[in-house]
Amino acid sequence: MEPAPGHRLDDASLQRGARNFVNYCLGCHSARFMRYNRLTDLGLTEDQIRDNLILGDAKIGDVMTTAMRPADARVWFGAPPPDLSVIARVRGADWLYNYFLGYYRDPGSATGWNNLVFPNVGMPHVLWELSGTNRLATAEFADHEAAAAAAIANKSLALVEPIPGGKYAVRTIANETPGSMTPVEYRAFVGDLVNYLEYMGEPIRNKRISLGIIVLMFLGVLFFFAYWLKREYWKDVH
Amino acid sequence: MEKMLAWIDARFPLTALWESQWGKYVAPKNFNFWYYFGSLAAFVLVIQIVTGIFLTMNYKPDATKAFESVEYIMRDVQWGWLIRYMHSTGASMFFIVVYLHMFRGLMYGSYRKPRELVWIFGCLIYLALMAEAFFGYLLPWGQMSYWGAQVIVNLFSSIPLIGEDLAVWIRGDFTISDVTLNRFFAFHVIALPLVLLGLVMAHLMALHETGSNNPDGVQIKYQPKDPATGLPLDGIYSHPYYTVKDIVGVVVFLAVFSVIVFFMPEMGGYFIEANNFVPADPLRTPVHIAPVWYFTPYYAMLRAVPSYFGTQVWGVIVMGLAVMVFFAVPWLDRGAVRSVRYRGTLYKTWLAIFVVSFLVLGYLGVVPITIWGQFGESVPLVGGVDRATVVARVFTALYFAFFVLMPWYTAIDKTKPEPTRVTG
Repeated sequence: MEPAPGHRLDDASLQRGARNFVNYCLGCHSARFMRYNRLTDLGLTEDQIRDNLILGDAKIGDVMTTAMRPADARVWFGAPPPDLSVIARVRGADWLYNYFLGYYRDPGSATGWNNLVFPNVGMPHVLWELSGTNRLATAEFADHEAAAAAAIANKSLALVEPIPGGKYAVRTIANETPGSMTPVEYRAFVGDLVNYLEYMGEPIRNKRISLGIIVLMFLGVLFFFAYWLKREYWKDVH
Repeated sequence: MEKMLAWIDARFPLTALWESQWGKYVAPKNFNFWYYFGSLAAFVLVIQIVTGIFLTMNYKPDATKAFESVEYIMRDVQWGWLIRYMHSTGASMFFIVVYLHMFRGLMYGSYRKPRELVWIFGCLIYLALMAEAFFGYLLPWGQMSYWGAQVIVNLFSSIPLIGEDLAVWIRGDFTISDVTLNRFFAFHVIALPLVLLGLVMAHLMALHETGSNNPDGVQIKYQPKDPATGLPLDGIYSHPYYTVKDIVGVVVFLAVFSVIVFFMPEMGGYFIEANNFVPADPLRTPVHIAPVWYFTPYYAMLRAVPSYFGTQVWGVIVMGLAVMVFFAVPWLDRGAVRSVRYRGTLYKTWLAIFVVSFLVLGYLGVVPITIWGQFGESVPLVGGVDRATVVARVFTALYFAFFVLMPWYTAIDKTKPEPTRVTG
């Protein structure tokens, strides 16, 4: 797996990620713990959010709901798409990033798509027009060491699997047809989206970390006084 | 001020209570690092109660609302995230502190006569704490909450004859449901905290009656009195000496606690599991159900014990015994001295074996049983069995051997004489 490139303090990336999220995800997935006005965390004003990020008739204090009805979703996809509020806390940013890179054409599946990090996923490749289409490339190796070495040498998403006959297969993704974005642009697009998903999983994270530094500095000072007090009193004992 | 105190003392033994329980309580002067964890356990208890009260104000014990109410606490309640992280971190830190506190007791023989009841109250606190943690873990109503509770309650259904009915009685339903959530909430926020507080009081009163042990195992009560102070030669007042010392401990503890709360609240999935961010779904069993880390030594034992006569109850019995055996320790130890400092090689070795067993079992309880693969079919006795299962069985046996063989190895151990004065 490749590490997700996003940074939690990169507001521009988070804003682009929020845009990508409302444009490409919110049609099917809800984020029912995330309020639109919370996006002010990312340096946006409420007017900017209202004008650019609220696509339906939601109010600024509403949570992000989806227009797709669960009953329809069950018919179309077999199950309602999961709520994405805390998806990054379940899967982790790296997994999500590679998930978006891991789609490939699979005529055998119901949607025509399959995924290297989420086998037999129910979700079709929504972003295929951006990324282009990929196919699965498989290379066979006689032993595990050679397969693992090849997987590492690939430097991007690669899956090592035992296959019948005591051999190992290394599965990678190979581009088939180009999309509207170059691979670099698509990675940046997905990186922003994942960065946003991680933010949405825990909007307080940046504040938590900066407050933590202050708390620790305070405790450092407090320790000095507590230790000094203890030493003064214990002079009589020693 | 003094007048007011006199007024109260004539009506309520405030000064007497303070002096007997802390102010004029005489403690040995040689407490070391290991003696911080008692006061820290009390401190974590306070954290849990205070944060728990505030969580209760916003949490909804309702199967349709529980998960989202936790998320609203994290997002919409002022400082809700901090309160919740303090509570979730506090739960794990409570066990860390209590395990270290118990290890101190084993190391320095703090359970030996006349402190048997101090130890027994402590064991009861440990039991109550496990129950408290178990009930509380259901409340976020995530997948791990749900299926963890399912697994633990199902343990009871393995008891012959009454098992199934007992499990239904505990759940109040045929599966873990809204009914279960409501009663677990009641147990978690009122029943067990009351029991815990009562036991903590008993633990402290018993301790302040017998006096504290110390790293040398010297009974300072029987030392001659220092003519100047009227205290035993190695005794000092808890207040102010241990008050100021414990404050240092609390500050250091808070620093560790804050690093977790502010920088790694999930603690790599050990304090808050990733799968618990998926709402409970009775129709979807997670592939890997692991209990929270503080239960994993016992969970590893449970998994390691094979079923005989078509029932899994033996694993449950072993797990129960592994906890209950602590109660017997004061009567199993027949050593001539209290502290590990004056014990011989035998006791030291067995204590080390016990610690290693506990840690290895704790690790094995976290990981899937297939982690190390299986023994080949041709290996005698264990052919085709998961390696981790065999290792868990060996360490389960060693865990129990520490207790069962204690009367023997403590009695024949070559001890050094206990000093009459504390050292260092």
